Amino acid sequence: MANRFLQIKKSKRRDRTGFKSVRMAVMGDCATQHLAEVLEGVGAEHSLDIEVFDADYDQIDALVLDRASELYAFSADCILIQNCVEKLYDRYLEYPSEKRGLFCEEVVGLMRSRWKRIGDTSRAMIIQTNYPEMDDRVFGDFANEVPGSFISQLRRINVGLMDAAAASSKVRILDVCQIQSTMGRDCFFDPKLYCTSKIPCSLEALCSIGESAIRTVRAMLGEMKKCVIVDLDNTMWGGVIGDDGLSGIEIGDLGIGAAFVSLQKWLKELKGRGILLAVCSKNDLETAQEPFEKHDEMVLKLDDFAAFVANWEDKASNIKAIQKELNIGMDSLVFIDDNPFERNAVRSLLPDVVVPELPDDPACYLPYLQFCDLFTANAYSIEDKNRTELYAAERSRRIAESQYQSYEDYLEGLCMIAAVEPFDEMSIPRVAQLTQRSNQFNLRTIRYSEAEISAIAASDDYLTAAFTLSDRFGDHGLIALVILEKRGLDELFIDSLIMSCRVLKRGMEEFVMNKIVDLAREHGFGRLVGEYIETKKNKMVAELYNNMGFTQSDGTYELLLADYAEKSTYIQEEENGDR
Amino acid sequence: MATDEIYGKLNKIFRDVFDDDEIVLTAETTADDIEDWDSLAQITLITVIEDEFGIRFAASEISSLQNVGEMVEVIAKKQ
Repeated sequence: MANRFLQIKKSKRRDRTGFKSVRMAVMGDCATQHLAEVLEGVGAEHSLDIEVFDADYDQIDALVLDRASELYAFSADCILIQNCVEKLYDRYLEYPSEKRGLFCEEVVGLMRSRWKRIGDTSRAMIIQTNYPEMDDRVFGDFANEVPGSFISQLRRINVGLMDAAAASSKVRILDVCQIQSTMGRDCFFDPKLYCTSKIPCSLEALCSIGESAIRTVRAMLGEMKKCVIVDLDNTMWGGVIGDDGLSGIEIGDLGIGAAFVSLQKWLKELKGRGILLAVCSKNDLETAQEPFEKHDEMVLKLDDFAAFVANWEDKASNIKAIQKELNIGMDSLVFIDDNPFERNAVRSLLPDVVVPELPDDPACYLPYLQFCDLFTANAYSIEDKNRTELYAAERSRRIAESQYQSYEDYLEGLCMIAAVEPFDEMSIPRVAQLTQRSNQFNLRTIRYSEAEISAIAASDDYLTAAFTLSDRFGDHGLIALVILEKRGLDELFIDSLIMSCRVLKRGMEEFVMNKIVDLAREHGFGRLVGEYIETKKNKMVAELYNNMGFTQSDGTYELLLADYAEKSTYIQEEENGDR
Repeated sequence: MATDEIYGKLNKIFRDVFDDDEIVLTAETTADDIEDWDSLAQITLITVIEDEFGIRFAASEISSLQNVGEMVEVIAKKQ
């Protein structure tokens, strides 16, 4: 079945038992029924059970303004607002021509007030489409020099939407303009569908829009790609290093080396945004590393990689080893290899790893990988930039580990220092990101947006603590957090207890628990209550509360503070807490 | 393309779109005969037929193509 829409329609009928459920409201100033179908179908392809509330045609403001509306009653996790450029043009035409230079401000202002209204009434994330390009050609290209022309206003609106969304932690832009430019206008827009049915684009374009929305939803759920594993020969350079030698491989000016240079530059950008890079190659280690060390035209260097595996084992086993070393989920890996045999082997042995079907021509590698759009982010912080360095420090730590007699000696020798602070302006983005990304050491897996974390930090009903850790090999940054909810005078409930897996087995969990107990005591509570909500990924903490001395009853765990025996750790607390 | 070839191809499209392998189209089949054939499905049908046959319908044809005989005639003309 070639038609993507039909394919998605079929996916929609999949059995969704066990899928994660997401409630999604869809509103538009155009017909949205087909889009609603696409969301359900694409969701099912990613093991999401998307329950859709599809609002009636052109009811956005009525639903948003009325606090008792079906929209709010649906209690969505996410609200998708689709605005079409045809309606925008109609409004523009009604706008007095002498004021058209200000049209963009009114449009963006209206959207902003809608978002605010939704934010005040609902906890939902908002996904807002921007506008595809459309020009009435009334001025021809001269429209670029007429501030009041439609195309001029349209482009300003798209920029205005970017700025407004950037200023809000609850709004994500769905870049319809980008989708249109990728497809081309004639594939994107089907005039008869709009004319007869008010469908603002072709079904093919609707599929892309739906896929884009689901990518954002998945990022919000923390289902993100964290690492790209690359093959070397004919993937990072043209030719085979073992046969062609350092001067024979195509990179830079030689042959089609430019294709590999641009791919490497792109990977370096991904690294800069916090995606880990790793090598998995069938080669001798020394041969494989030689170009990175000695070839001037190589963009990537050895220290750009968080893991480097070159041997003659099968790739699936090596990928498993890399996954274990980096301590991230199999489903957060992307594997890039020019060899169809290797791709298929990895796909069949490790179905959770994403393996793009690279085109034959290396010149097409990069455009294809960009088209795959695998790296939708949900937040961006300074720590993302330093992630590879953090993992590199972790490697030195593991080497040091093997030199110590006992693990305790090793921990002591690490000279670990932790700082504990309530959430503050500096830590809130990272705290929100941890709640969104952490899957394994996460007791309840409640995802919070930045806005929600800010609200919790400001509330008297909660106590919060963010933990940073450093040791003699480097600074780990913010690696753990707790959110404690005051329930009555005596009971403190552990709403969230999350720790980054890269600091496992250091005594950090014990340190955090000591701190929770200290906090509870300081504020006069007598009991701590915790809960473990099982997911596919957090089995490692299933026994945490039992091990910490809590008593289990009916799915919750309780600890009388009077009974708590302080755990010993090798972690010093930084006294004044300044970082 | 011969008329029965068009019917064959169209029949497969209908089965895919309505997820019903028992659909057998005749010139007399109309939207009344297929339960899910509403205006939404009509859009899907039109789009898939366009793709499969490599043709384009006009806006005015969307609502008028409510019976299969007529559909086949229009497709044959556009070939």
